[in-house]
Amino acid sequence: MSQPVLQIENLQTHFFTDRGQVPAVDGVSITVHKGEVVGIVGESGCGKSVTSLSIMKLVPNPPGKIVGGAIRFKGEDLVLASEKRMREIRGNEIAMIFQEPMTSLNPVFTIGDQIGEAIRLHTKTSKKEARQKSIEMLKKVGIPRAEAIVDEYPHQLSGGMRQRVMIAMAMACNPELLIADEPTTALDVTIQAQILDLMRQLNQEADTAVLLITHDLGVVAQMCHRVVVMYAGNVIEEGDVRTILKNPKHPYTIGLLNSLPKLEESQERLYSIPGNVPIPGSLTAGCRFAPRCEQAMDRCRQEMPELIPVEENHRSRCWLSI
Amino acid sequence: MLSYSIRRILMLIPVLLGMSIVVFSIIRAIPGDPALTILGEKASAKAIADLREVLGLNNPWYIQYFDYLKQIITGDLGVSLHTGASIAKEIGPYLAATTELTIFSMCFAVFIGVNAGIISAWKQNSWFDYTAMLIALIGVSMPIFWLGLMEQWFFAQELKWLPSVGRDNPRDPVQAITHFYIVDTILAGRWDQFRDVVEHLILPGIALGTIPMAIIARITRSSMLEVMRADYVRTARAKGMAQFGVVYKHALKNAMIPVLTVIGLQTGLLLGGAVLTETIFGWPGVGRYIYTAIGNRDYPVIQSGILVIATIFVLINLLVDLLYAYIDPRIKYR
Repeated sequence: MSQPVLQIENLQTHFFTDRGQVPAVDGVSITVHKGEVVGIVGESGCGKSVTSLSIMKLVPNPPGKIVGGAIRFKGEDLVLASEKRMREIRGNEIAMIFQEPMTSLNPVFTIGDQIGEAIRLHTKTSKKEARQKSIEMLKKVGIPRAEAIVDEYPHQLSGGMRQRVMIAMAMACNPELLIADEPTTALDVTIQAQILDLMRQLNQEADTAVLLITHDLGVVAQMCHRVVVMYAGNVIEEGDVRTILKNPKHPYTIGLLNSLPKLEESQERLYSIPGNVPIPGSLTAGCRFAPRCEQAMDRCRQEMPELIPVEENHRSRCWLSI
Repeated sequence: MLSYSIRRILMLIPVLLGMSIVVFSIIRAIPGDPALTILGEKASAKAIADLREVLGLNNPWYIQYFDYLKQIITGDLGVSLHTGASIAKEIGPYLAATTELTIFSMCFAVFIGVNAGIISAWKQNSWFDYTAMLIALIGVSMPIFWLGLMEQWFFAQELKWLPSVGRDNPRDPVQAITHFYIVDTILAGRWDQFRDVVEHLILPGIALGTIPMAIIARITRSSMLEVMRADYVRTARAKGMAQFGVVYKHALKNAMIPVLTVIGLQTGLLLGGAVLTETIFGWPGVGRYIYTAIGNRDYPVIQSGILVIATIFVLINLLVDLLYAYIDPRIKYR
């Protein structure tokens, strides 16, 4: 197989706080191939957003810092890359869209200014050409009246429209990797579907690899080729999306799937995983999920399992998977 | 933008009317007979009666008010009791002197204050941040007259670098055309005098600009710190923008609103004439003009002087409000 677009190896991003060092991302390895859509799933606070910000090296520093591992983008280790090199990559080769379309666009610049800026930062383009290109991009992401919208301000658009603008901005320089951090969480269900369709369409047209961060397994099922499940800063299960959804091995993944409402059964109450995500920094030896796991054994409390191969393209960090 | 501007300008009318009522009331609020107060205890009954007639004090108050209103709308600010000259004409040079000093002080205050605030926020908790904020704290708490005297002692007396009083060299006075001496010397092509005028501006300018500078630096810092955490700042960085552009373009424009408010208020205050600074530095500005008028019991000058200063203050705030709408497109919809 050809070289992967992105290969994260044993990434460790820690936060240095007054109460000590907090390992928000603690040994995460993820691989994304060209044209592939990989989902990262997990509860709030599992480290999925920090992982994505680490790839862009945009983790607020201080307090956050990448303390170990490698992030290979087309073979180049971004952990070692200079800030200057990172600026060339950001927005050009790797682009990112965020969860909050309402606040992710600058309120005091027009849509055209903001898309055009992304273009002009990475290519030699005149203001006029950048504006033309902005209009093209707006049309591409399905914004009606693109010629008028280009001169409007973000507050004049709805949330779904703003997310389309964010996507237009991200795709403006034809990135090889698009990181989408909960791109649909803040949107209505109908708008969600439109945005997901749009992303899939762009993924197919431009062959852009997508790293989709979400807590919504429905989105994963609809969008992704592969899925990585994260828990407390670790990858706990990964594999082909169909395999994981049909045959999950890790009790946490099983719990996540069980907590989805099902059409064919009428349930009085939805299942929920007991307990809460452990506060990073309060972790003890053994499997991190053990305190909440209904099937935890003595071994689980003493020893953390590796990612154990279950079948082809499916690995799980659970002693039960052996 | 246009409808916002028009609405905002229309709002001036009630403000200016209210202001005129207050100013009008000042002279009438003085206990006793204004004519007697103006002329003093020893004046004859005839003189007092004559002055009452001249001042229109025998008319009912609302007639007096409308007469006064008619007078100021036509630009007639009355006559100085002390010099007998038209106040509208007399106040011009003083106003020019104060304006020139204010512009100089505010340029100094805004340039240093805004940049110090930005860098402090950018490099939060660095030695620069701590030093700048310490200086700002000293700046806001320092009495201006003391700072002015220290400047004169150190830079004028000890080092002899800069002149300590006045606007120009008394042996080679500037030929006043606009009464803005910087402009006048340029118009006359007298570069030696231009340099001299700038040198005269430095010490009072710094004395006057220190407090605004310190306030601006602190406001800019806190406003920037808030904005730097915003999502759109992260978006700008994710586009591949350098930190300088992120800070000075994306963050600064959003952080400007509170800073602009402070700049407007401080400019208004300085234009009102800083009596202390103008006295220490022998600066012939409006502050001293009104101060002298108070000493002379020159009520028309006091009244018109206050009216002019208040009008300027209101106009500057209008300008600030219009700038808000220019900077932040959301404002016109509120």
